[in-house]
Amino acid sequence: MPKDTGIGAAKKRREDVRFLTGAGNYTDDINVRGQAYVHFLRSDVAHAKINGIDTSAAAAMPGVVRIFTGADFTGVGGLPCGWQVTDRHGVPMQEPPHPILAQGKVRHVGDPIAAVVADTYEQARDAAEAIVLDLEELPAVVNMGAALKDGATKVHDDLTSNLCYDWVLGQTDDAAVQAAFDAAAHVTTLELTNQRLVANPMEPRVAVAEYSRGTEDYTLYTTSQNPHVIRLLMCAFVLGLPEHKVRVVAPDVGGGFGTKIFHYAEEAFVTFAAKACNRPVKWTASRSEAFMSDAQGRDHVTKIELALDADNNFVALRTNTMANMGAYLSTFSSSVPTWLHGTLMAGNYRTPVIQVNVKAVFTNTVPVDAYRGAGRPEATYQLERVIDKAARELGVDPIKLRRQNFITEFPYDTPVALTYDTGDYNGTMDKLEVAADIVGFAARRAESEKRGKLRGLGVNCYIEACGIAPSNIVGMLGARAGLYDAATVRVNATGSISVMVGAHSHGQGHETAFPQVVAEMIGIDESMVEIVHGDTSKIPFGMGTYGSRSLAVCGSAMVRATEKIINKAKKIAAHLMEASDTDIELKDGRFTVAGTDKSVAWGDVTLTAYVPHNFPLTEIEPGLEETAFYDPANFTYPAGAYACEVEVDPETGKVTVERFAAADDFGNIINPMIVDGQVHGGIGQGIGQALLESCVYDENGQLLTGSYMDYAMPRADDVPFYAVDHSSQTPCTHNPLGVKGCGEAGAIGSPPAVVNAVIDALHSGGMTHVAHIDMPVSPSRVWSAMQG
Amino acid sequence: MPQVSMTVNGKATSGTVEGRTLLSGYLRDHLGLTGTHVGCDTSQCGACVVHVNGAAVKSCAILALEADGADVATIEGQANADGSLNVIQQAFQDHHGLQCGFCTPGMVMSAAALLKENPKPTERDVREYLEGNICRCTGYHNIVKAIMAASGQDVTAIAAE
Amino acid sequence: MYNFEFVKPATIADAAKALGTEEAQALGGGQTLIPALKQRLNAPATLVSLSGIGEMKGVCRADDGTLAIGGATTHVTVASEAAAHYPALAALASHIGDPAVRNRGTIGGSLANNDPAACYPAAVLGSGATVKTNTRDIAADDYFQGMFTTALHDGEIITEVRFPVPQKANYQKFVQPASRFALTGVYVAKFADGVRVAVTGASENGVFRWTEAEAALSADFSPAAVEGLTVSADGLIRDIHGTPEYRAHLVKVLTKRAVAAAA
Ligand SMILES: Cc1cc2nc3c(=O)[nH]c(=O)nc-3n(C[C@H](O)[C@H](O)[C@H](O)COP(=O)(O)OP(=O)(O)OC[C@H]3O[C@@H](n4cnc5c(N)ncnc54)[C@H](O)[C@@H]3O)c2cc1C
Ligand code: FES
Ligand code: FES
Repeated sequence: MPKDTGIGAAKKRREDVRFLTGAGNYTDDINVRGQAYVHFLRSDVAHAKINGIDTSAAAAMPGVVRIFTGADFTGVGGLPCGWQVTDRHGVPMQEPPHPILAQGKVRHVGDPIAAVVADTYEQARDAAEAIVLDLEELPAVVNMGAALKDGATKVHDDLTSNLCYDWVLGQTDDAAVQAAFDAAAHVTTLELTNQRLVANPMEPRVAVAEYSRGTEDYTLYTTSQNPHVIRLLMCAFVLGLPEHKVRVVAPDVGGGFGTKIFHYAEEAFVTFAAKACNRPVKWTASRSEAFMSDAQGRDHVTKIELALDADNNFVALRTNTMANMGAYLSTFSSSVPTWLHGTLMAGNYRTPVIQVNVKAVFTNTVPVDAYRGAGRPEATYQLERVIDKAARELGVDPIKLRRQNFITEFPYDTPVALTYDTGDYNGTMDKLEVAADIVGFAARRAESEKRGKLRGLGVNCYIEACGIAPSNIVGMLGARAGLYDAATVRVNATGSISVMVGAHSHGQGHETAFPQVVAEMIGIDESMVEIVHGDTSKIPFGMGTYGSRSLAVCGSAMVRATEKIINKAKKIAAHLMEASDTDIELKDGRFTVAGTDKSVAWGDVTLTAYVPHNFPLTEIEPGLEETAFYDPANFTYPAGAYACEVEVDPETGKVTVERFAAADDFGNIINPMIVDGQVHGGIGQGIGQALLESCVYDENGQLLTGSYMDYAMPRADDVPFYAVDHSSQTPCTHNPLGVKGCGEAGAIGSPPAVVNAVIDALHSGGMTHVAHIDMPVSPSRVWSAMQG
Repeated sequence: MPQVSMTVNGKATSGTVEGRTLLSGYLRDHLGLTGTHVGCDTSQCGACVVHVNGAAVKSCAILALEADGADVATIEGQANADGSLNVIQQAFQDHHGLQCGFCTPGMVMSAAALLKENPKPTERDVREYLEGNICRCTGYHNIVKAIMAASGQDVTAIAAE
Repeated sequence: MYNFEFVKPATIADAAKALGTEEAQALGGGQTLIPALKQRLNAPATLVSLSGIGEMKGVCRADDGTLAIGGATTHVTVASEAAAHYPALAALASHIGDPAVRNRGTIGGSLANNDPAACYPAAVLGSGATVKTNTRDIAADDYFQGMFTTALHDGEIITEVRFPVPQKANYQKFVQPASRFALTGVYVAKFADGVRVAVTGASENGVFRWTEAEAALSADFSPAAVEGLTVSADGLIRDIHGTPEYRAHLVKVLTKRAVAAAA
């Protein structure tokens, strides 16, 4: 029986009412009295020396408050990178400075050179046009291979080369890896690109800051997934401000997908300028600006080799990847191709020998960082594509080949540093075969062929490491932050509850799902529990929302804090009923004394906590408010199997996704409706990556896809309905809710399914020479591949 | 500076604008109706869709002065008189047709225009009608489902919730 | 956007007068012009809205049998009102952009802009239509002069377009996945005295007639008639969405499909 309340109930979202009536409060909806507007003058070339910036004419233009250039920021720090990766020789990565406004050089189209603060937005823009720049254009490095060649133009003159780091994971002994390949019965090799994407949350970034001379307090409103992290980085590394004087608010945020995790120059700028101009300063990105200033995603070029023995068991895997960092290291950029990618190369399979090699490269392009899945989609894509290719070469069923190599015993230590706690990959694959109606495929293919279309079926698995992350482990790996989370449960005198959580909700439905947990633990109605998030002045601390971590990490903190509340409430109840607290039970919002008919209601206890006339004051304090910080013991490991069916028009090469099915194991589920929605959204983005999206620069570093006119966003008619099944559930063993996280799965699991399906379709049409097509699998690429 | 007046959600409004003031700017900045969102500068995303004299238009691609004298409807005016969600809004909530909510005002306004034209749209009809409304969160599944449900069609057979 | 003065005349004569002033520009539906203004690509001193001119709106059968469409008629109006007279043209209009764009965008604006990937140019050239302005009539074959270039003079207003109605016609649009304009589009129209084939989206010179196909189809109006023809990739557009060779291939595929759909 589906529940209609508490954990597991498909509760309708309470936040929807404000969004559906236009009453949301997004950052651009916030206007502070007296605010000025900033417009950034951005580089229109990819690489140049700044010989001069003449702002004199601009400064005299109507409405101009002040014009800032790099020279105004020499006294403050640059944007920090949050993860120091150590290379294969134990040497730390090369880490160039990342200034707020360009210092001496611009390094990508969109790099901010000057900032004009004026009374109106249009005045700021007018004045920016009057700034006279003397730029000496330099050759741009765009292609990673070329960037790594000896003598290549350097993006950063002070670094030894464009190589950020050369990293290895797994079996570091090359000879041992080669020996495994030499002994193999079959080796499948694939070279592929995981193309650069732009995250494109529908809300562009916005930042508004105000400063009070009277109190020396700053407030920054910003479109962020993690306001505390922004405050910490901005105060400690960039502006050198006392954290307690800075309040960062992330109100309703219109989607993030990773790109709103990072600390951006514009946030630090408006905060700095609010004081410098003694006036609130607002910045609203246009979409065009977002295309050249939001950190972008993916951009890996990989060679992957899979070795199999005579019985088709995987015996070794070797990958060589070049990962594009862009021109600067964005907040988590360095961790994405390494600890979020290399560690996932075992996938769902028993492969005893794995070696992952990654070279991270600087280029004259917009910085690259985490985008939904961050490293894990890149790992999954390579692995699941090479397995598919192997199955085809060996003439074996791709599902069978996968099943044969599945990890079946847990916990399982992979050769690439992770310990999977639970999983049931065969069970999940069973669910997929039903959800996707694999047995019906042959009939559907025949029907497509009657209409002159080629039909293909693509299947793949994925695993991800979520719930990031155990602080001691990531600290050892170079993270410069802890990755715990925090929650405060504040019970009011009348029994209603405010929960202040460090996780930020920007579409994930925390305001609905989190109360389901607290309400169930206490046995009260969900409407009595309210979630407060996104404001550093209200919340103890938080590392924010990304990496499918909110429920697994912050939710666990909330559970711990609620447990503390219950323990204390039991003591109060025991006092009221003159019993021992060890005999008190809490059920359906009533405290009872075991074995008696004595009881007190939740509300009586909470009122007593705040009106402590009859209260054990010598033993415990009045009030009922508890905070917990939760640091996970391990990652969580959601896993699944996806299937896609496509039709290919053999005349035009156009691919249409006809069916898509997903079977996921997310462990326990708090709100299945929200979980389905998360999977749908991820699949939509994954189909977008597979068929449509691509961020392209020309050889001079000009962005060719700077708007929706050229960057193809998936629309409603590009996708089908999806069949989603998450009834395969092996609960996480180490967090109190047994949850694993579901936010990224769809985006991780879906691209290989689509591409595998396209290849299958082409092979069914006799085009067996087509071993691979790089994403996006556009009509023109399919057609070219078909031509041979 | 030019004056503009128009009826917005049944109320007479007027203001002093510039020639270049967009309808989206008039609604958001002059009237404080910030439910109409701006998600792009190429008139493609549809976050800004409102109705002008009953027709869905992108308020980022029409000058405020061009709507002088018009009857404009925005997301803020969609709920029932008693404040409860209207049929389309309710269907979006019932079927989880929104996540971050940023595209939602435009989606609801486009859905309203569709259902006026085509009271029982097929799945294809809905998907094609939404060509100018981009959502990055939902993968469209639940949006399409919600709109079909709002039209009174039984959507229980549609895969997954 | 730079600021400008906004005027909204009620007659063609007043609009022409307003457009005679320094740095004045016509505003049709604004679906192309307003995004361009946002990028500060144009800096008109005055925008002359054509949306208040009743005599420039609507669809009707003219005395000479042609279909007359006012220059300020929106795509949505053409989609509905031309359907009975010229279904292929109505169908084309119903697939321009999205519903909100169709509610504002106009035929005159589309033709004045002459985007190399726009749809209407294919219909106008494919139908051998006449573009009427406030000062003269321009035959389709003379009107289109390369991408974003037309025979219009500064300040000239497209007041009407007259379409001869063919016996059969069809437009096949293969969409560019991002903009949803035509990556390549082919308009085929069969008249009593021959067939016209106009191609949009493909050429660096904008819309063009595929004359070999016209000859072949005039002799035999069937998909097979173009089977043996090839389209040269020379001068076709290369961009991230398709190579010249791919576009050349599409021209042929779409022509065959248009013929099959029309027949
Ligand atoms: C999201 C989106 C999708 C689109 N998809 C397509 C598509 O698939 N296919 C397609 O063909 N088009 C498409 N368009 C373009 C659309 O059709 C525009 O409406 C059209 O190109 C311009 O018409 P307009 O009336 O809006 O003109 P405006 O934008 O107002 O003006 C365009 C130009 O024409 C001039 N002008 C306007 N009217 C006249 C006139 N009567 N006489 C002389 N000059 C005039 C203006 O001065 C300006 O230079 C799309 C637009 C958008 C925003
Ligand atoms: S803001 Fe109007 S379409 Fe994007
Ligand atoms: S709900 Fe976030 S963009 Fe649609």
